[in-house]
Amino acid sequence: MAEAVDYKYIGTSPVRPDGVDKVTGRAQFAADQNMPNTLYGKILRSPHAHANIKSVDVSKALAMEGVYAAVSGADFPGGARGKVGGEGGGDIGDVARNIMARDKALYHGHAVAAVAATSLTIADAALAMIDVEYETLAPVLDVVAAMAADSPLLDATNFTKNLPETPDKPSNIASVTVLTRGNVDEGFEQADVTVEGEYHIPMAHQGYIEPHACTATVNEEGKATVWCSTQGHFEFRSMTSKILDWKVGDLKFIPAEIGGGFGGKTTVYLEPVAVLLSKLAGRPVKMMMSREEVFRATGPTSGSVCRVKVGAKKDGTITAAKAWLAYEAGAFAGAPIGPGAMAIFAPYVLENFHVEAHDVLVNKPKVAAYRAPGAPQSMHAMEIALDDIAREIGMDPLDLRLKNAASEGTRAPYGPKFPAIGFKECLEAAKAHPNYTAPVPEGAGRGVAAGFWFNIGMQSSAEVRINEDGTVIIMEGNPDIGGSRASMCLMAAETLGVDYERVKAYIGDTESTGFCNVTGGSRTTFATGMAVVQACEDIIAQCKARAAATWGVDEDQVEWEDGQAIPAPGVNADVTPMSLADVMASAHKTGGPLLGRASLNASGAGASFSVNFVDLMVDKETGKVDVLAFTAIQDAGTAIHPAYVEGQMQGGAAQGLGWALNEEYIYDADGVMENAGFLDYRVPVASDLPMIDCQIIEVPNPRHPYGVRGVGETPIVAPLAAAANAVRAATGVRINDLPLSPPNILAAIDSD
Amino acid sequence: MSKVHVQTTINGEAVEYLCEPQQSFLDVLREDLLKQGTKEGCATGDCGACSVLLDGRLVCACLMLGVEAEGRTLTTIEGIASDDGLHPIQQKFLEHAALQCGICTPGFIVATKALLDKNPNPDETTIRYWLAGNLCRCTGYDKIVRAVQAAAEELAQEA
Repeated sequence: MAEAVDYKYIGTSPVRPDGVDKVTGRAQFAADQNMPNTLYGKILRSPHAHANIKSVDVSKALAMEGVYAAVSGADFPGGARGKVGGEGGGDIGDVARNIMARDKALYHGHAVAAVAATSLTIADAALAMIDVEYETLAPVLDVVAAMAADSPLLDATNFTKNLPETPDKPSNIASVTVLTRGNVDEGFEQADVTVEGEYHIPMAHQGYIEPHACTATVNEEGKATVWCSTQGHFEFRSMTSKILDWKVGDLKFIPAEIGGGFGGKTTVYLEPVAVLLSKLAGRPVKMMMSREEVFRATGPTSGSVCRVKVGAKKDGTITAAKAWLAYEAGAFAGAPIGPGAMAIFAPYVLENFHVEAHDVLVNKPKVAAYRAPGAPQSMHAMEIALDDIAREIGMDPLDLRLKNAASEGTRAPYGPKFPAIGFKECLEAAKAHPNYTAPVPEGAGRGVAAGFWFNIGMQSSAEVRINEDGTVIIMEGNPDIGGSRASMCLMAAETLGVDYERVKAYIGDTESTGFCNVTGGSRTTFATGMAVVQACEDIIAQCKARAAATWGVDEDQVEWEDGQAIPAPGVNADVTPMSLADVMASAHKTGGPLLGRASLNASGAGASFSVNFVDLMVDKETGKVDVLAFTAIQDAGTAIHPAYVEGQMQGGAAQGLGWALNEEYIYDADGVMENAGFLDYRVPVASDLPMIDCQIIEVPNPRHPYGVRGVGETPIVAPLAAAANAVRAATGVRINDLPLSPPNILAAIDSD
Repeated sequence: MSKVHVQTTINGEAVEYLCEPQQSFLDVLREDLLKQGTKEGCATGDCGACSVLLDGRLVCACLMLGVEAEGRTLTTIEGIASDDGLHPIQQKFLEHAALQCGICTPGFIVATKALLDKNPNPDETTIRYWLAGNLCRCTGYDKIVRAVQAAAEELAQEA
């Protein structure tokens, strides 16, 4: 492990630079954009889960007073195909058909037409005047039934990808991923105990509090400006360009403050529609989804069926593990089966394993990324199986995991050898934690589980500008979804040696800063942070060169310390150190203003492991679960801003507990979601949760200048199985399916 | 449809506007009066992002009609800070990192103001139940509850 480093700014938790505007209501979110002459855009959505669209007639809507544009699938170009960049984008042709149906409506709520009108009231009335002729088809709603040869098909041109041989018949299975090592049959023969189970998890939504919104304005020259709520405005620009067949250069995307995303705002829904409506109407068009639209038509994560078998020796050594995963893609291919398959066994040393994962089309909304996409579902199954093994062999669940824990040099199931990782450190910390050594409260159950996420690097750019008073401006392109401006300022302050208060960070639009991939994959503090650090190093190099020229010494005779250029030790120069302000004061003589920059494709993202344990009580009369205590332990690499690292851990714990205990998409037989609102899709509220205790482990990532791993996604993974294992401990009943809601718990207790 | 004339008081200022009879007060605030610190998360009274004070009482602006503001006194997030600067609740939310994305924050601050006006010394359970009408998807509520506790202490010292 690298030695702990004493930083001055990194590891402190100052107030974020954008904080005051967010506690006073000044911060501009997407729906807060207002321009004169703006029209309101609204979308007509399919009332059927599966139907051929025979015709769409918008003429009566267009004829209404106050209606300035109306479009349907026929108004969009058809040809675009090819992979979308970023996290969870899928195929651009699918995204195009998802935001506006063409010949088929593939889920209840699928967009089929849109209007722009002078008021929301008129827009709603206009939607009612659009005639759509449907030919309804049988909806495909169950992931396992969807895989059967006789299932109705969503897409008769879909032939399963990644099979050894291309199948001769179409099916609802979009693709298959297989990961294998060693010999599982031999592995199971070596086992003293084996456990096996099938685990079902329904679709769940990211549940960001801000509905999707945007305003687009297209001028007479055909240039569009779009304000929107996005995790990646560069990728939104790219998708919009491909979907509308517009030049990238004719589209300018300005990211508003973003009211939560969790992966769900990595893909477009409204933006291309708003641009097209604005072009047709010749006026700005503002579109805001209702909460119901958010539930029905934007990215939930996959519902899943996972079958897992694990074998172990009496001493706890896992000898073999096998998994079969089926994930709902929704209406278009793109369930996160790759990460689901790669993550399931990642925390453990395994000689023999086999995973087969299926991306399955069903008549539900097209899934989008959700925090560690794919990992919570598969790891829920594995972490329950380990809990059952621990019980069978009479071993502490943390000791069982320690016995098998991956560490530096372990070959990950997905190929590479892990560099320094902190899983064992998390497990040891859990064992020693006062919340773990304390007895389980009377009548309660305690559950343990581990979590993991890969984290990603990808492309980032950053500029650092120095003002004439030596204050620092950072310009980068990753929407700040949870305090990342503060992390950027801390890393810049540390690198440059200037006070945090003298650094400001801005998120540039697509024309004012260099390309950055999405705020996703827990990459922002890692990759964009790395670009900020390099841009600061660029500034330092320029300052040293200018000081050298000013002092008449060689560049290597100048050092940078505490925010100043100083002569290197032993250099005999009678000079005054030069701060950033000093360099700027003489800039007109030494080469002009200071502008540092960096762009990179970051590799070396460090995997982040976690261990969670939860104490909860189950009311056996009502089936209600009360969470008494929750402890989250996670390796952050280095916590740049510890309070916001804790925030990620606590927020992920709450989302994971919500998914474990209550959240689910409930469908009727026709494929209509029955709980498309926050009253019935119940996310955790303050009174549902206790304080969430956090312990940040810091095993620095050797591939980041300050050791950052990325922390945003791992926290949601472990709570699912931790809660399930705690319910098992509290009730003596093993429930394989989520959510652990009162009716499901009661049914399990009654049938036990 | 003809519009209705409404006279009301928002954040101490006399305001008049025309609104459609079925228009929500949230819609009037955001789209017509451009007081956009009050947020829409659901428009069904389930998320609390549009929390405002109506004659001192905590309500969801989305569940109130624009016409119902007639003759009443309203406080929105824009009315919480004073000329002297941030309200202690706002300051404690900042210091305790009690916001991540910030979309629910105005609603939480208004709801907290209503709580502390009524009960200056709430215990943790009271805080959690009072704020159960405000959804936050980012924080897991831990740091919000701590910020409210700290604000209560601060206000008690000021009093």
